[in-house]
This record gives sequence, C-alpha cells and structure tokens, in this order.
Amino acid sequence: MEACNCIEPQWPADELLMKYQYISDFFIALAYFSIPLELIYFVKKSAVFPYRWVLVQFGAFIVLCGATHLINLWTFTTHSRTVAVVMTTAKILTAVVSCATALMLVHIIPDLLSVKTRELFLKNKAAELDREMGLIRTQEETGRHVRMLTHEIRSTLDRHTILKTTLVELGRTLSLEECALWMPTRTGLELQLSYTLHHQNPVGFTVPIQLPMINQVFSTNRAVKISPSSPVARLRPSGKYMPGEVVAVRVPLLHLSNFQINDWPELSTKRYALMVLMLPSDSARQWHVHELELVEVVADQVAVALSHAAILEESMRARDLLMQQNVALDLARREAETAVRARNDFLAVMNHEMRTPMHAIIALSSLLQETELTPEQRLMVETILKSSNLLAALINDVLDLSKLEDGSLQLDMGTFNLHALFREALNLIKPIASVKKLSITLSLSSDLPEYAIGDEKRLMQVLLNVVGNAVKFSKEGSISISAFVAKSEYLRDPRAPEFFPIPSDNHFYLRIQVKDTGLGINPQDIPKLFTKFAQSQPLTTKNSSGGGLGLAICKRFVNLMEGQIWIESEGLGKGSTAIFIVKLGFPGHSNESRLPFVPKVPGNHMPTNFSGLKVVVMDDNSVGRMVTKGLLMHLGCDVLAVGSADECVRVVTPEHKVVFLDASVPGADTYEVAVRLHEKFSKRLDRPFIVALTGNTDRMVKENCSRVGMDGVVLKPISVDKMRSVLSELLEHGFLVESQ
Amino acid sequence: MVQAIKRIMELNQLQRSFLEYTAALFREGFLDSQFSQLYQLQDESNPEFVVEVVSLFFEDSERLINDLSRALDQTIVDFRKIDAHVHQLKGSSSSIGAQRVKNSCVSFRNFCEAQNIEECSKCLQQVKQEYLLIKNKLEALFQLEKQIVAAGGAINMVEWML
Repeated sequence: MEACNCIEPQWPADELLMKYQYISDFFIALAYFSIPLELIYFVKKSAVFPYRWVLVQFGAFIVLCGATHLINLWTFTTHSRTVAVVMTTAKILTAVVSCATALMLVHIIPDLLSVKTRELFLKNKAAELDREMGLIRTQEETGRHVRMLTHEIRSTLDRHTILKTTLVELGRTLSLEECALWMPTRTGLELQLSYTLHHQNPVGFTVPIQLPMINQVFSTNRAVKISPSSPVARLRPSGKYMPGEVVAVRVPLLHLSNFQINDWPELSTKRYALMVLMLPSDSARQWHVHELELVEVVADQVAVALSHAAILEESMRARDLLMQQNVALDLARREAETAVRARNDFLAVMNHEMRTPMHAIIALSSLLQETELTPEQRLMVETILKSSNLLAALINDVLDLSKLEDGSLQLDMGTFNLHALFREALNLIKPIASVKKLSITLSLSSDLPEYAIGDEKRLMQVLLNVVGNAVKFSKEGSISISAFVAKSEYLRDPRAPEFFPIPSDNHFYLRIQVKDTGLGINPQDIPKLFTKFAQSQPLTTKNSSGGGLGLAICKRFVNLMEGQIWIESEGLGKGSTAIFIVKLGFPGHSNESRLPFVPKVPGNHMPTNFSGLKVVVMDDNSVGRMVTKGLLMHLGCDVLAVGSADECVRVVTPEHKVVFLDASVPGADTYEVAVRLHEKFSKRLDRPFIVALTGNTDRMVKENCSRVGMDGVVLKPISVDKMRSVLSELLEHGFLVESQ
Repeated sequence: MVQAIKRIMELNQLQRSFLEYTAALFREGFLDSQFSQLYQLQDESNPEFVVEVVSLFFEDSERLINDLSRALDQTIVDFRKIDAHVHQLKGSSSSIGAQRVKNSCVSFRNFCEAQNIEECSKCLQQVKQEYLLIKNKLEALFQLEKQIVAAGGAINMVEWML
C-alpha cells in the first residue's frame, strides 16, 4: 500500500448498504439545510415571533447537523485526513450547539405553551366583553324606550290619552300581544277592565280585588310574573297555542292630597290599578330583566301623569264651579239692586203721595184754626191738626228708617251753633213741660264749644225725641238736660263694651244726659226700647204715641254719628235717664276778626282752572295793576283792570264774581268802593266778592275791611299759589279764612 | 355736525351767563322773589309779559322821578304830593321785585314824613341811582335773553329760582 495519510474506514464497505447510507445522508443534509431556510422564510413573513435568538440557535444546530451528514458522505470511501478533521470539527460544533439548544429549549417550551393558554384566555375575555356590550346596548335601548314612553305619556294631561298612549307605546316597544289596564271601581271592591290595546271596546269585565294574586302584585312595586290562566290575564280567547308569559304591575293612583313622594310606600289606603302585559304566544320569548324594569318605570310615570291629569281636572272643576257661583252671585246682586231700586222708587212715590195729602190736611187745618170757630169746633180742629202732625211725623220716620236701614242715609254735615241748638230744643219743649207742670233745666258745661260740625237737623231730632220722651212719660217732677264734652273716662260705658271712642284734635264727643222723674222703666224692658215697633209701656196715657219708631231712629242716627245711646232706669216709678254720646267736629280755630268761621276742609281739591271767571282789579299803580292782571290771567280769569274807584264802581256788573281792590294802605278810596258796591248790588247774589289786597293786615285794617263788608283781606306780595287758593276759597265757601 | 355742536356750546355758554348774571342780581339784592314770580306768569298766552311789565315800570318810574325832581325844586314843597309819588314808586318797584329801589323809597318816605328837604333830595338821588342801576342791569338781562332765544334756546327761570 502506498503510505497515504488517509484514514480507512473500519468496516469494509458493503456496496448496497453504503449506497443507501450515502443517499440517506444526502437527503438528510438536504432536509437539514432546507429547514432553516423555511424557518427564516416564515419568520420573516410573520411579524410577531419573539424568539429570534432561539431560531438562530436552532438554525445553527440544524445547519451543523446537515453539514455533519454532508461531510459524512465523504467518509464512506477512503478519505483524506483533512476530511476527517473537518468532520470531527463539524461534529464537535454540532454537539456544542445542540446541547446549547437543548438547554435553551428547556426554558422556552413552557413559555411557548403558556402563550397558547393566554391566547385562549383572551378569547374568552373577548367573548365576555361582547356579551356585556350586548347587555349595555339593550339597557340603553330600554332607557331610550322609557324616555320616549315617558315623553309620550307626559305630553298630555288628558287621563284617557295618557292611559291609552301608555298601552300603545308599551305594546310597541316590547312587542306585546296584549296590554290591559284594570282600574278599581268606585266601591274599591273590584277591578274593572278599562283599557286594552287591541280590543276596541273593552266590555266591562270585573274581577274582585281581593284575589291573592292581585294582592301579591299590589304589595310590591316590582313587576310580577303571573300565570296566564289567572282571571286578569284571560283577555284573549284561549286557543290551542301556548300563551306567552304574562307580567302584572301595580300603578298607584294618587288622591289629590297625596303629593308627598316620601309617603308613597307608607299609605296603606292607596288605590292601585293593575297593568297586565302579555308576550306574544308561541314566540318562546321570555321576560328579560330589563324589560321588567322598563315596565316598572313606566308604571311609575303613569302614576305621576295621572295625578297631574287629576289635578287639572279638579282645578277645572273648581273654576267651573266658581264661574257658576259668580254668575249666580251676579244674578242675585242684580236682583237685589232691582229690588232696592224698586223700593226706592216706591218710597219716592209714596213719599210724595203720602206727604201731599198730609200737607193739605195740615195746611187747611191750620187755616181753619185761624177762622172763627166755636170752642167745640176749635177743639176738633186742634185734634185734627195734632193727629195729622203726628201722622206726618210717622210717615217721615218710616221713610227715614227705611233709608237708615239700608245704609243709604248720609249725614248732612255742617257747622252749627251748638249752644243755640240746645236753647231751641228747650224752647220747643218748655210749653209742653209747663203745661204738665214739669220743670226743665239745661246745663251746658263750660268747655262745650260754641260751634261744632255735624248734622244739626238730626241731632236736634234725637234731642227732641229723647227730651220729648222724658216729658211724655213724666207726670210730675223735673227734667234735667246736661251736656258736656266727654272725657275718656266717661266714654266707656259698661253697657256698650264694644264702644271705643277716641277723641282727637279734630273731633270731640258730646255727651248729653236727660234725667227725668217719671214712670221709669222695668230693667227687663230696657233692651226692647230701641227695637222697632216694640211697645213696652202699657197704654196708660192718651199720648202714648211712642209709635215705637222714635227711639229706633234715634239709635240709628246716633250710630251714624259714631256714638252710643242707652237708657238707665232703676225700675218702675223711679224715673229714668237717657244718655247719648255723639261725635262732632271742631270748627276751625277761632280768630279775632268778625270774618265768619270756615271749617277746615282739606284743600287738595282746589279747582285750578278758573277759566272764564270774570273779575275786576282796581289798582291805582299801573305796574301793580299790570302784575295783578297778569297773575289772574295766568290763572285763566277774564280780567278787567281799572285804575280808580269811580271807574271800578262803574264797570262792575253782576257777571263779575270777584273784585280785587289793591291799596298798599287801604285808603278812603278802597273802603268807599266797597260801600258803594254794596249799595249798587243790594241782592247778595248779584254782588261780587270784594277782596282787599294790601301790604298791611293788622287788626285795624281787618276790622275796617270787615266793617265795610269786604269778604276778605289778602297780604301782598301774592304768589300764584296764594291767589289760586284765595279764589278757591272764595268760590267754595263764600268767604275767606285769614290768609297770611 | 361740528357746527351744530359749536352752536350748542355757544348756547350753553349764553345760558350759563344768563343764569349767573341773574343769580348775581339776586345775591346783591337788586331783585327779590317777586321778580321770579313775574316769570311764572309768562306763558303762551302772554309770552312777553315780563318785558312788558318791566318796560311799563321803566316808563312809570321815569315819570315819577321827574315829577319828584320838579316837586322838590318848588319853592313850597308839597310833601304830601311827594309822599304820594314815592308811594307809587314803591308800589311799582315792589310789584316787579326791584328790591333796592323799593328800599330806597321806604327811607324816602320816612324823610318825607319828617319833612326834611335835604334828606329828601339825597333820597331822591339815591332812588335815581338805584333806578338807573336796575334799569341797566335789566336791560342787559333782556339782551342776553334775546341772544339766547335767537340761538334757539329758552329761558326757564322758574325752576331754579324758586
């Protein structure tokens, strides 16, 4: 053999076996080389493979294995040492890499496996989320339905529409087969089918309210599934098919007074209606939770809407009632007015009709008295006269009283002389009293004002009536009349506890007491005295013409004068005392001059337009004349200005209402004019007011002016306002209060 | 536009001067409230009332002052007549609110009563002086008023005077 550095295989080569080995090695190598290529190709394709390093290792391992097998191809035949070395190297490398790979795989394979489990987990999660999404969407749908339903329900205030709309909308939203509402009857013992979705005219089925199933539904505010065979659910003719599930919910019916939302669960006397909902039969649909919730919410809303409708109905009813009452009241008022008018007309007519013959009788009887008569005739005529006077008085009283009754009587307020009133009354009564040998005394307190403001005529009437009664019912003895200004202690009378008079600066209370020593009055009869037509006295005397109206009228008059009247007596035979208090006004404050008083009337209603009022101005100073004329013209007067006394007297006519005489010191001229004007116009009506304008209004001047008959004195300078008030006062009162 | 504003400013200026002038007259005692009363009486039916009255006053006063001068120049002085004249003058001046004239009339009358010729002459001079003063002032016032009216404004004395 040649000495070649080759290595001989250990076994002699078997040709066939070797051939197969050769081929296998070749294919192994091929496969081993192609696997990494494939790996690389697919890894490059996929983006998310996280283990590149492993791949590299694996690739290296495979490549080396392939290399090994490839190199093995050369070792079947004789091969050189180089080949053997290469082979060895390859094998060593392969061994290293494959061990490393094996080690690495120990870590990696669990990871790879867990990736799989994570994937599974995520898939589950995704499925769950999908489910939840589905649920949320359904809920949102439900919510939308509720809102829409609520909107529909609340958009009307008509009860019927509300309920119908509820059923319709519910039916639509939930695709119900049938929907019905059972309302409690008036008695509250039964439920009556009131509204259904598909039946056009619900026949009035009724179901007793005390069924256990119904109680169960009423006891909770949740929707309750009920059996399709229960009486409230038997709305459709039962067929062969399977009825769908039925749910019932209560609908609270609020009374008008139950508005406190907090009270809802507590009130046990609540009335409920029952809403029954049926799913379509044969559909195998089930009631879902969200659908039940929808139903409950809707039921609540319906309750609220119904209560609103109820309120509206109630208020409309109340308004109608009010209108009716108004109409009735109006009618009553018009009737009353008609009646009053008729009464007044009657009174007016009767007034005239009754008085005319009376006057005739009285007048003719008086005339007859003046003629020659025999004593008998005279007696008869006197009786006729007296009786007719009485009758006239009675007629007047009746007319007065009826006017007093309906409050249409008003006092004629005016200033009068109080002292004179008493004197006059005394004078009237004295003759009668002296005939009966009764003595009358009058005492007026010193603080009684001389003048007062009130209704003189009626006060006189009251006084005469009271004093007349005193005289009438006294056979002997004395009558004392006393009058004084009542102080607060005297004002309160235990008999009239509701009388609270309050004196003020403008008013005072006059208290008059008439005491007699006559027949007296039984204390029990005292209350009856002031009632109409009640006669407490037995008719012991001929002149018991008490008539019964006198005191009643007095009481009315006294009340009108914001006062009180009462009678005290200790009993029969012990005399009696009549006391009355009336409210009178103080006249204006007294002044030194003789210019007459004028009551303090509020001056807000001063006429400001004296247009066309004809006046004359006399002033010897041309400038002053022009100014005064301008002043009066500004106030709208028609002014004639003259410069001398003669001219003044000449031009004044009855048309002129005021003559202003200007003189800084009223000289002879001014007074002379006044005197001459008085002469020229003897009749008061024709004569204009005469007013002096002067720069000096001392006492002397005023007295002189007063003496010559002037109606007022005004101090210069005169402003527009002052002139205005001067004219107003002149025209209203006819004289001038002191103006400064 | 600018013109309009200028005019308004001028008007304001005039009105202010008028008011200040009048206020000064009141302050210095030349006029009293009676004068402002006269303005109250001026209205549409009587638009020139104040001017007319004041003109009348001027005429009257001049006549009276002349009469007074003549009367005092007489050898025998008729005090009663003088008193009458002064009384008239006092009346007129108080009617229009010429306060100072009125006051000088008052003192004149006192001296008249005393029948003191020298003092009366002195008083007459004073009255004359006061009269001339007030005449000038009122004339100036009316001039201003005319200017204001010409410039399109109006006088409303009453409001601020009273």
